[in-house]
Amino acid sequence: MTAPLVQIDDLHIAAETDSGRSFGIINGVSITVAPGEIEALIGESGSGKTTIALGLLGHFRTGCHFVSGRMVVNGKDMARLSEAERAALRGRSVSYVAQSAAAAFNPSLRIIDQVIEIALIHHTLDRAAARARAVELFRDLGLPSPETIGDRYPHQVSGGQLQRLAAAMAVIGDPMLVIFDEPTTALDVTTQIGVLRAFKRLMRDKGMTGIYVSHDLAVVAQIADRITVLKNGEVQEQGTTAEILTNAQHPYTRDLLAAFAPRPRARPAAVAPQEQTIVLEGRNILSGYGKGKGFIPAVRDVSFRLPRGASLGVIGESGCGKSTLARTLAGLLPASDGQVILSGAPLPAEARARSKEELRRLQIVFQLADTALNPATQIGDILGRPLTFFHGMRGRKRADRVAELLDMVRLPRDFAQRYPTELSGGQKQRVNFARALAAEPEVILCDEITSALDTVVAAAVLDLLAELQRELGLSYLFISHDISTVRAFCDEVMVMYAGEAVDRFAPAQMDAPERHPYTRLLVSSLPQLDPGWLDSLPEVLERGV
Amino acid sequence: MTALAFFHRRGWIVSPLTAACFAVILFWGTVALLAPWLIRYPIGEIVDYDYFSPVSSLNWLGSDYMGRDMYSRILMGARLTIGISLAGTVLAGVVGVAFGMIAGTIGGLFDQVLSRCIDAFVGIPNLLLALVIVAAGGSSIPVLILSVAVIFAPSCYRFSRSMAVNVGAMDFVVAARARGEGIVYLIRSEVLPNIIGPVLADMGLTFVKIVLLLSGLSFLGLGVQPPAADWGGLVRENMIGLSYGAAAVVFPCIAIASLTLAINMLIDNLPRRIRDRSPQ
Repeated sequence: MTAPLVQIDDLHIAAETDSGRSFGIINGVSITVAPGEIEALIGESGSGKTTIALGLLGHFRTGCHFVSGRMVVNGKDMARLSEAERAALRGRSVSYVAQSAAAAFNPSLRIIDQVIEIALIHHTLDRAAARARAVELFRDLGLPSPETIGDRYPHQVSGGQLQRLAAAMAVIGDPMLVIFDEPTTALDVTTQIGVLRAFKRLMRDKGMTGIYVSHDLAVVAQIADRITVLKNGEVQEQGTTAEILTNAQHPYTRDLLAAFAPRPRARPAAVAPQEQTIVLEGRNILSGYGKGKGFIPAVRDVSFRLPRGASLGVIGESGCGKSTLARTLAGLLPASDGQVILSGAPLPAEARARSKEELRRLQIVFQLADTALNPATQIGDILGRPLTFFHGMRGRKRADRVAELLDMVRLPRDFAQRYPTELSGGQKQRVNFARALAAEPEVILCDEITSALDTVVAAAVLDLLAELQRELGLSYLFISHDISTVRAFCDEVMVMYAGEAVDRFAPAQMDAPERHPYTRLLVSSLPQLDPGWLDSLPEVLERGV
Repeated sequence: MTALAFFHRRGWIVSPLTAACFAVILFWGTVALLAPWLIRYPIGEIVDYDYFSPVSSLNWLGSDYMGRDMYSRILMGARLTIGISLAGTVLAGVVGVAFGMIAGTIGGLFDQVLSRCIDAFVGIPNLLLALVIVAAGGSSIPVLILSVAVIFAPSCYRFSRSMAVNVGAMDFVVAARARGEGIVYLIRSEVLPNIIGPVLADMGLTFVKIVLLLSGLSFLGLGVQPPAADWGGLVRENMIGLSYGAAAVVFPCIAIASLTLAINMLIDNLPRRIRDRSPQ
């Protein structure tokens, strides 16, 4: 066996809190990567995967500091080099592809100048040679018009293209090790495929070693040779991709695998259509931004019917209008045309014009629990306000009801005295949901409520939603970009594309041949745990992204 | 120190510099409050036949151009300077922040019209405006308070409006709007608690600006009228003593500098979570 290119031994990294207390965020991690291999670091947010990846560049984020251990890359311990020595290695020995390519590029410089900058800084190539090399890389990465794409500015290319250009920037100095930090997380599934494939081909052709940081097992399964599962800064399990996927030993890895394939939940025996009462209906909704001639529709002519006690899933890629639909239904963005009908009675377009009773019956839950909860207010008051507002509850009665609500979303009762910042992401999302429950609504609009959560946490939140639906007879309009979640959770699925509802079907019929081509594209773009999935895909799936 | 322990428990780092600034501010605050009991002579009384006398056991901070006791005059001046500035800051802050939050939360035409009017108003130089107001209304303490409040309310308005607009775009405010909450609730419970830290920090800076403006006015002879004198007035009265290196001109300058610098540095060194302008 050849000597490993990367050797991390018993690494400890600590962070310091505002009050000056120090606590370990990486606690004794050891990882070995052989040349030419791609090692994946997988784990939920806060597991320390990005901290390790940045550490290999000899960089520690503000507030973090190296404690002990070794981080050897190609014989040099990155943690013990001087800043000048590190700078000499960055881009040539080790390079980095960040999660947000949009933030990694300077918006006011041409792409080509930024891509070849590394070669010029290290004097490995002159300008003309670097340019030729960049064009060659653009071609390898499957970018359209490789000769001229570099002359554009970052805002003139798509997100998927920009992420590939970021990869070109990372490999132009012929580094031995490339670190990918969640490079496809911000991309739509349909875009992700092309980018993943380009990365995989590039790494294989150049024989480069890679560290691929991700929270998504299916993505990692496509690209990595070995997987390290991290949690709370500790290694849970290490092994080859096949071992981890088929023969996981550690319970946490099994949780991750289980959360990946949500089980379709048991539904009560289907109610015959004629017995269903429609609780929320949208008729030919037209909604968008701007006024008069500048009006840009984001939702065009969308109609749907949501039966009582059922869930309607709305899926589509970013920008398809699904969130705008939720905002329109909630009256936050008044519909330009069409009707929203709640239990048979049409609602005014604007929330301001709706009666308190109408507002109470239709609640909306936002995607980011971090911003949806007032950081200056205790959980008890966050949940208590709708109780006072809609039901006139005060004092003892209100406190009791808050405790009941916390029970309902499986949070300890003493959380009523806590502030949102003291809660984890999953806990915040539960509070966010409990606030909607406090109004005792009939319909809850869930706008990507599990998208910002780690898979295991998201699965628990979904279970809770299903349980509350059974108990309280709630109806959900469930918006998501994740087709597997929607399939497992909803009774009917509506697919949106460019503001229009292009397809609707029962989850069981998702793979049926009569599906709209875009639905088929979405379904086939969804990464599978099978490591051979990406290679088995027909090339046609790569749209011109 | 118990104050330090209080801050540490809340996870705030209090540097020695912050503590020193706080001590200076506390000192001047106490002086202003207790001045009538601390002075050694009535401020108008001529106690020394020599003018511009140096520091002595008779005149702890020397005597002024008329032989009056500087120690007593600076202590009573602190009362005027700090009192007028504080009243002006509170008035400007309450009016400016209230309108700023209303405009930032309601938005629309109300915000547009009010903001443009205030933009136009801000175009007038501070000192010029103060001169006009004092010239028209006569120099009395209420007029001084009113004029500094009028001058600084727009900046409080603009600051709190921009903060309120930022907070107003957050999901928790949108959620409250979707619930159908009224403007009063939105401002009081959702917006105000999230901007109060930076707004108070900004008001501290406004206080400093008011102290300086007031001192400037007094220096021009338009501020507090003799025989009473605020710190700016004391500098003006004794300016001629500069050539003698008189204590009478040095000490009021030190008073102004120490108070304004202490407030400024205290605010610059406030814990991030108070000073930070973006809600976390």
